[in-house]
Amino acid sequence: MRSLRDACGADGVVTDSGSLRTYESDGLTQYAATPAAVAIPDTAEGVQAVVRACHQEGVPWVARGAGTGLSGGALPVADGVLIVLARLRRVLEVDLANRCLVVEPGVTNVDVGRAAGDGHLYPPDPSSQIVCSIGGNVAENSGGPRCFKYGFTTNYVIGLEVVLPDGELVRLGGKEVDSPGYDLIGVIVGSEGTLGVVTKVWLRIVPAPEETVTMVGFFGSVAEAGDVVSEIVASGTVPAAIELMDKLTIEATEEVAHAGYPQDAGAALIVELDGPREECDHKGAGVHEAMKRGGAAEVWRAADAAERDRIWKARKAAFAAMGRISPSYYVQDGVVPRTRLAEILARIGSLGEDAGLRVANVFHAGDGNLHPLICFDPERPGEAERAEELAGMILEVCIESGGSITGEHGVGVDKKAHMPLMFDEPDLDAFHRVRCAFDPAGLANPGKVMPTPRLCGEVPGPARRHPLERDGVIERI
Amino acid sequence: MSPAPAIPELAPESYDEAAEMLRDTPSGAGVRFRGGGTKLGWGQPVRDVDRELSTTRLDTVLEHNEGDFTVIVQAGVRLADLQAALRSKGQRLALDPPIGEGSEATIGGIAACADAGPLRHRYGSPRELILGSAVALSNGAVARSGGKVIKNVAGYDLGKLYAGSFGTLGLILELALRLHPLPPRTVTVLGRSADPDRIAAAARALADAPLEPEALDVRWIGGEGAVLVMLAGDAAEALATRARSLLDDAGLEAETADDGDAPWATQRAGQRSAEGAVAKVSATATRLPDVLRAAERHGAAVVGRAAHGVSWMKLGPRSDAELVESVASLRRELAPSPCAVLDAPEAIRERIDAFGLEAAPERALMSSVKNRLDPLDGCNPGLFGEAL
Repeated sequence: MRSLRDACGADGVVTDSGSLRTYESDGLTQYAATPAAVAIPDTAEGVQAVVRACHQEGVPWVARGAGTGLSGGALPVADGVLIVLARLRRVLEVDLANRCLVVEPGVTNVDVGRAAGDGHLYPPDPSSQIVCSIGGNVAENSGGPRCFKYGFTTNYVIGLEVVLPDGELVRLGGKEVDSPGYDLIGVIVGSEGTLGVVTKVWLRIVPAPEETVTMVGFFGSVAEAGDVVSEIVASGTVPAAIELMDKLTIEATEEVAHAGYPQDAGAALIVELDGPREECDHKGAGVHEAMKRGGAAEVWRAADAAERDRIWKARKAAFAAMGRISPSYYVQDGVVPRTRLAEILARIGSLGEDAGLRVANVFHAGDGNLHPLICFDPERPGEAERAEELAGMILEVCIESGGSITGEHGVGVDKKAHMPLMFDEPDLDAFHRVRCAFDPAGLANPGKVMPTPRLCGEVPGPARRHPLERDGVIERI
Repeated sequence: MSPAPAIPELAPESYDEAAEMLRDTPSGAGVRFRGGGTKLGWGQPVRDVDRELSTTRLDTVLEHNEGDFTVIVQAGVRLADLQAALRSKGQRLALDPPIGEGSEATIGGIAACADAGPLRHRYGSPRELILGSAVALSNGAVARSGGKVIKNVAGYDLGKLYAGSFGTLGLILELALRLHPLPPRTVTVLGRSADPDRIAAAARALADAPLEPEALDVRWIGGEGAVLVMLAGDAAEALATRARSLLDDAGLEAETADDGDAPWATQRAGQRSAEGAVAKVSATATRLPDVLRAAERHGAAVVGRAAHGVSWMKLGPRSDAELVESVASLRRELAPSPCAVLDAPEAIRERIDAFGLEAAPERALMSSVKNRLDPLDGCNPGLFGEAL
């Protein structure tokens, strides 16, 4: 405890039980655990001192950004230390000439975007971007609506400063890309805090698009809208975002967002194109036509920023609006091949009926990333359990179709039991070996990602030949 | 001395067979991996080679999910063959590295060496296109990671670790890859100048412009330089006009290239050398004038990805001693920008730290990854030198 105070200052360590409770969950509140202490360092050296102290004492720790994660990735370990990165929130460098930003992990996603200025764009835009931190984005490899065209966090991180679980501070990459050797950045991004704590991030930015075209089409059914998605993509158009909302979502959001979406629509398809003016004009006309041809009863095209905001308002209100139609809901995050969207949504619908639960669908249609919202009433006996069971069945459907158990929320604690659906023992063993390379003592965010706890064995020393042996001077007998 | 005995070449037909061959390598000996054989001269010579494992027979395109823009290929599929098959469907793998005179380069080899060409500007390196992987590890396991959908965060993203690992962690058997639509047309614009600062300024203007070019390259040879930009899409001509005026404004002599691919073939060729050596410099974009001036001093030709700051310097034929000296002084002059030596004669590669990893601070962590995945150091041992 004293080393924590030395590292973070007296006001940077929380130990009273009332305050500790604030940190017992992340965005997924059904899991809770109280840590022994919360450390809130304000420098990389402070983080390093905390991790080193944990290493020396054999105490497990969990790093936490803004705590918006939806898979329990930042769930504390009971009796462990929770390292909160909220005070590392400086933008250290804006290097527009090299299209690079250097920031601390506590900077919010939206502030990273602001730092890029008007002429440049930091593309990943998870929906919690106003509060979520870039450190958390790195840990989860966050996406967002724009990632269909632009890619994910991992495509923009070019350098990291990381405190390894033994307390060593290493710098990987930086403004200079393609540095020789293993792409350790590629492994750390998306590793959910199990390989170390990021204390500095180098991000690539791109020129801001000069034009944005936003449209929404209203269809009779999700299947109809899904076919239009496939047609748009097959034509060679790569929209910045393609979002789909079903009937239940449209109804729920209207009460909150008042976007004026027609309430008899079975599906709303939002397509946003961005890029060079000439290209947007051409492709915009094509998308409009595809929507009409695909049976859209109405297509709106935003004439200005206010109209664009109105179109997006409904989509962005979706999760919050669910609270109005259901006492509680569970957000699932699964991925299917885009071409099988319609078929899989129908299956999810009938699974929901069988379970006697309503399922609202709002999702990133371009990349097949589904977010079924399973509505349930925790007061009714058995309903929460049925919701959980349904959520699991939906993941099985995703895997059967060739998809994934998580597109952007991560495995965390919530999905670790589903990992064997996707990966066999040799695959999990390879993950485990990589984890052991970074964290042989198993102190960094233990109990996450991997389905079962495992220990790291000793590594036999490399059986390299002695140079004399190699040259034939001596011989091994 | 008697001539070295021929190294047996094994060409497994299945993943399990490949993994068993790898596992059955005698302790203390190494396996050298081979795809199309176009980049065997990269890195330090692999030592203690007991056998060579080739992906020749693992050459099937397993799935082309046209509507999903994804493909699953075995490692031995040649890039040229894959592109030909995709082209007929209006699609492509957005990866255009040099592929050798006989188009031998395979997907597995390209990924293992993280090689890329001009399309890197917009679409990234192999790491950006790999969705999933299957790899044979030296314990005889076939380990998969990722998946076949374009969005997936389940488990560690080991495809990125294998890309650029030069086969030192295991043998890539299969990759799931993201595809992109073939643009309906492209137009290439080129601007020339003999002033490195003007070249750099023009490159920056284009890198910051919202034209979404497919490629943005520079070249420098014998005191003359050029900036090349490839515009694509239905509005390619209009975008090319805008690119040309940006080049004009930067004081370059701009023109539209007649034959679309010819200038880019030249760029790709500039990344390889049959004689002498190639130094791959990872600098920041703003250091481009330094890179061009250093090249001029060393009599080297340069091609590079202007916005990313990655350049290839072709050092022409010179004596071994001169080559070693050129590399050492380039590294000094361009420090701290990393400088990897590719395509050098074997005698040179034995003498130098080809990847410059020996002084890298993250070397211990890399060694740790290597030791966990390949504890007996059987996979391409020594390719990264003594560093790992």
